[in-house]
Amino acid sequence: MSLLVNTSRRVPVGRLVVYGVVLVVGLCLMFAPFLFPDVRAQEVAARICVFIVLVASYDLLIGYTGIVSFAHTMFFGLGAYGTAIALRTMGPGFDAILLGGSLGVLAALVLAVLIGLLSLRVKAIFFAMITLAAASVMMVLASQLSEFTGGEDGMTYTIPRFFSPANTLVEDADGKALRIFGVALNGRLALYYFVFLSSLFLFLAMLRIVASPLGTVLEAIRENEMRAEAIGYRVVSYRTAIFCIAAVIAALAGILRAVWLRYTGPDVTLSFDIMLDVLLMVVIGGMGTMMGAVIGVVIMTLAQFYLKDLMEAGASATADMPLLPDMLNPDRWLLWLGIVFILLVYFFPAGIAGTLMGKGGHK
Amino acid sequence: MTPSLRTENLTIRFGGHAAVNDVSCAFRPGELTVIVGPNGAGKTTWFNLVSGQLKPTEGRIFKGENDITGLSPSARAKAGIGRAFQLTNLFPKLSVLENVRLVVQARAGQGPRIFTRASSMTDIRDKAYGFVEATRLASVAHLPAAALPHGDQRKLEVALLAAMEPDIFMFDEPTAGMSVDEAPAILELIAEIKKDTSKTVLLVEHKMDVVRALADRIVVLHNGELVADGRPGEVMALPIVREIYLGVGAEEVA
Repeated sequence: MSLLVNTSRRVPVGRLVVYGVVLVVGLCLMFAPFLFPDVRAQEVAARICVFIVLVASYDLLIGYTGIVSFAHTMFFGLGAYGTAIALRTMGPGFDAILLGGSLGVLAALVLAVLIGLLSLRVKAIFFAMITLAAASVMMVLASQLSEFTGGEDGMTYTIPRFFSPANTLVEDADGKALRIFGVALNGRLALYYFVFLSSLFLFLAMLRIVASPLGTVLEAIRENEMRAEAIGYRVVSYRTAIFCIAAVIAALAGILRAVWLRYTGPDVTLSFDIMLDVLLMVVIGGMGTMMGAVIGVVIMTLAQFYLKDLMEAGASATADMPLLPDMLNPDRWLLWLGIVFILLVYFFPAGIAGTLMGKGGHK
Repeated sequence: MTPSLRTENLTIRFGGHAAVNDVSCAFRPGELTVIVGPNGAGKTTWFNLVSGQLKPTEGRIFKGENDITGLSPSARAKAGIGRAFQLTNLFPKLSVLENVRLVVQARAGQGPRIFTRASSMTDIRDKAYGFVEATRLASVAHLPAAALPHGDQRKLEVALLAAMEPDIFMFDEPTAGMSVDEAPAILELIAEIKKDTSKTVLLVEHKMDVVRALADRIVVLHNGELVADGRPGEVMALPIVREIYLGVGAEEVA
């Protein structure tokens, strides 16, 4: 009975910590333009919003259902490229975002259905290989069809004027954008809130999905595929369904990324580097938790953006000491990132949220 | 009367070895049949063929009038063939209640409602809880299945089958590895199911006291073949059954 006492005492605390952290992250993102007004922080905040959606949708696959796919950035890219191409050819308008985005999402859905139906019957490792192949083909297409896609360089475009910094939402007496706490109420702010609210909506939708009857079926498939089939669930259909849902959500995240960045290229959407980031974020945060997506994305993104700065500061502070400044040289930031990862995986084997919430901690 | 379940020349070969060989057999509602035979006789393999985990090399399977040979396991479950497994086969990280709820939900068949909270579907939850109580698991309903002692896991296995509410119940050694004081709960449950004359019960079991207490009929499998079929008294008296159970010819048994 020590197990009972143990879990009932430990788990809620861990849960509270996780929910608390996620709440703080949510509040920080909600008020990011006011809390962190500099341009770089805005980039970081918007990137975190979009990646939470991307990583959480990947968690639906790998964490909840046990599907290993390497094609997730492909779907992300389809949404982004659809939007980008439409904005470039049709000009900066909401109609372009709507049409291009819809086509991107539709393409993602069709591809997901095809890949799902054709190959979710095969063993996990073969499925992973098939998604890898599909993603590679898409990358080659993106770089070869350069008239449409801008090739390796990608493409820049203008977004609707409503989202430009020159657009004043509320004018003050002088005809300039009204400032609240020193933050101008301009189009850039509107764009951030467009990204934030869309991401929030998609994330909440995913929370509903995992709490729905479907969510339990997905976990059942991950836990024991054969028994799930034996009690009457068509495993292939459920897998295909969630693969499609995740693909559509990833494509929607791609639209947000394309609109925010005003640039779309292989490096920011399709590349395997991003796929690897997504995978790491899920693992660090905790698979099959949803909350893990938030935590993983925040840690990785902050490390990617600010670890160099931190090391720079560390190096100059220790400039007089032997060896230390060398170790803290900003060029070695990847080494430190690696060490952080190893420590995280060692101390949080089920990911940060997973371990704290007691999922998979003891088996 | 039409049999509720029938296998016709059912055969499966792994390489040259016929694990189940030309078994034709029919079962009626309201009848509890115990399938006996030494280890490796093909009892579990025959079960796997009927519930769809294995595809036969030859032969056909009928549920009532319908040929179900080509159906997937999930389609057979929907058609009313329910199966409990010999080796515990649960959803280990999900709670006991969630395990059972999944089955009730599959039967309710409301389609995947993706934006309804599962916890708000109280009818399904309550029904699931009923099966949890019936199998005397209420006190551990919220523990993950993996945390249960072996006996409770076996009970949960039976709870999952009961929650399927099938026409055909297939139990594969439901009391295997259970302590003496735990087994009666399961046997009572099986006896309860047997009272419903619309249900067909198949039971693989070794314990002779269980066989005597429950069986209306005994089918004996040996080396994948059906060697005897009849009332318990008759079958147990047959020389071939005595031979098998006294271990004569045991060296042939794979």
